[in-house]
Amino acid sequence: MREEDTIICRCEDVTLADIRTALDEGLTDFEELKRMLRCTMGSCQGRTCRELILREIAAARGVAPDEVEIPVYRPPTAPVRLGELAEAYERRGGDDGDE
Amino acid sequence: MAMNDTAEAVIIGGGIIGCATAFELAERGMKDVIVLEKDYLTAGSTGRCAAGVRQQWGLEMNIRLARGSCKMLERLEEELQYPYSIEFNQSGYLVLAFSAAQMRQFERNVRVQRSIGTPSRVVDLEEAREVVPHLRTDELVGATFCPEDGHANPFHTTMAYAQAARRLGVQISTRTEATGIDTSGSRVVGVETDRGYISTPIVYNAAGPYSRRVAAMAGVGIPVYSERHQILVTEPVAPYQGPMVISLEHGIYCQQTPHGSFITGLGDPSEARGINCEATWEFAEELAHMVVGILPPLAELRVVRQWAGQYNITPDAQPILGGISGLDGYHMAVGFSGHGFMVGPMTARLMAQTITGEKPDMDISMLDLGRFEREELIHEPSVV
Ligand SMILES: Cc1cc2nc3c(=O)[nH]c(=O)nc-3n(C[C@H](O)[C@H](O)[C@H](O)COP(=O)(O)OP(=O)(O)OC[C@H]3O[C@@H](n4cnc5c(N)ncnc54)[C@H](O)[C@@H]3O)c2cc1C
Repeated sequence: MREEDTIICRCEDVTLADIRTALDEGLTDFEELKRMLRCTMGSCQGRTCRELILREIAAARGVAPDEVEIPVYRPPTAPVRLGELAEAYERRGGDDGDE
Repeated sequence: MAMNDTAEAVIIGGGIIGCATAFELAERGMKDVIVLEKDYLTAGSTGRCAAGVRQQWGLEMNIRLARGSCKMLERLEEELQYPYSIEFNQSGYLVLAFSAAQMRQFERNVRVQRSIGTPSRVVDLEEAREVVPHLRTDELVGATFCPEDGHANPFHTTMAYAQAARRLGVQISTRTEATGIDTSGSRVVGVETDRGYISTPIVYNAAGPYSRRVAAMAGVGIPVYSERHQILVTEPVAPYQGPMVISLEHGIYCQQTPHGSFITGLGDPSEARGINCEATWEFAEELAHMVVGILPPLAELRVVRQWAGQYNITPDAQPILGGISGLDGYHMAVGFSGHGFMVGPMTARLMAQTITGEKPDMDISMLDLGRFEREELIHEPSVV
């Protein structure tokens, strides 16, 4: 299969070719790669693609995969509506009740 | 990759300021430059910011810095041959006035803005609702609008500069921390890092929230502190808000990104000083209360992520730019408060011009460190 057709990150539609191009451009830090291409930032938070990308980065840098720094993933906030948060604020009487 | 052990200049900090200045130096022939970044590019304030760009300032100096940067951002991909988009979305900034006094100040600001070419205008409540139909206007007095303002993607903007700088020969060393600045007599002679020593006659402090620590490495004291600012992003929805909406009085701003998500943030006057990247529920709730009050339909949107970054703040909330007398080779561009992204491109160019001995395109000497001792603080009425 061609690099252009090999989807690595399914959530954000990033191909192997996208990743190799970015690596060739010097983006060999996982943190930079993810912000550049949005890979691993979708709903699965990298569960399927993280290992594949790690291996590509390691190969481009000529190091072992466990030498590559892995981004920190914050679990997504419980999907609360802004309206509910606003109500919670109004219920607790605003600014911590200090005033 | 092995890091060089000599350089014409060492830049400490891989945010918008460090990367843009590296490019501008290389453009001027100073190519043997090393950028040190202790984490990864944009790990500091730049990668955490809202990247709003507004020309609507009160002082001519700030209008010129922001307008100059705006014009550079408009052509940045082309100028830097960046193959991706920096997502510069110029759908305007609507600045809200909640009192008659604030409105009078904004009218004065607009006169200054227009006198140097910024196409801003005063709008009444009806016009405000035309540009932002879901805006609640019952507590508003009026607003000003500039259609050229907007927001960009801070990561891509920084990467555009970094990649262009690399092509010109600049070495960017991420995961490399500057740990000391070496001086001899009244000169900078080198920088110590956790990956070895670099001999250099020039060091440039672009360390954002860590600027005071880096200045102290050279024995320089600067009156800055860092303060947490929190921000959140919602799920993406179909586009319905063009302009960025901001209230300077409440310290709140809200934009819809090209991706469809809304990004909104709010300052907290009781925030303690220091570097703190923790996100809190209290913030999310207070912000929600404020933003839903101004833009009611946002109540329906779900929050997907929340984070925090730092403002690096000086006594007048204006940056400190330039060198200092008594220490040749030390330069800094620090203390940008909440507006370092929007003045970044122009500031970087002016700093590179100063460092390479060119005449800068505009005078920035009033932003030197000495102003605090001379008691010549800058009075910008439209700073958050
Ligand atoms: C929530 C929030 C919203 C904001 N919104 C806006 C906005 O809408 N518009 C706007 O214009 N501005 C905004 N800002 C402000 C803007 O983010 C900053 O002014 C700007 O990014 C500063 O850029 P910088 O390059 O100076 O600093 P930074 O981006 O912080 O870069 C400094 C870098 O230096 C590195 N560093 C520090 N010490 C060392 C060392 N010893 N060795 C090596 N590296 C080191 C850090 O890791 C960091 O990456 C916002 C800020 C926040 C927090």
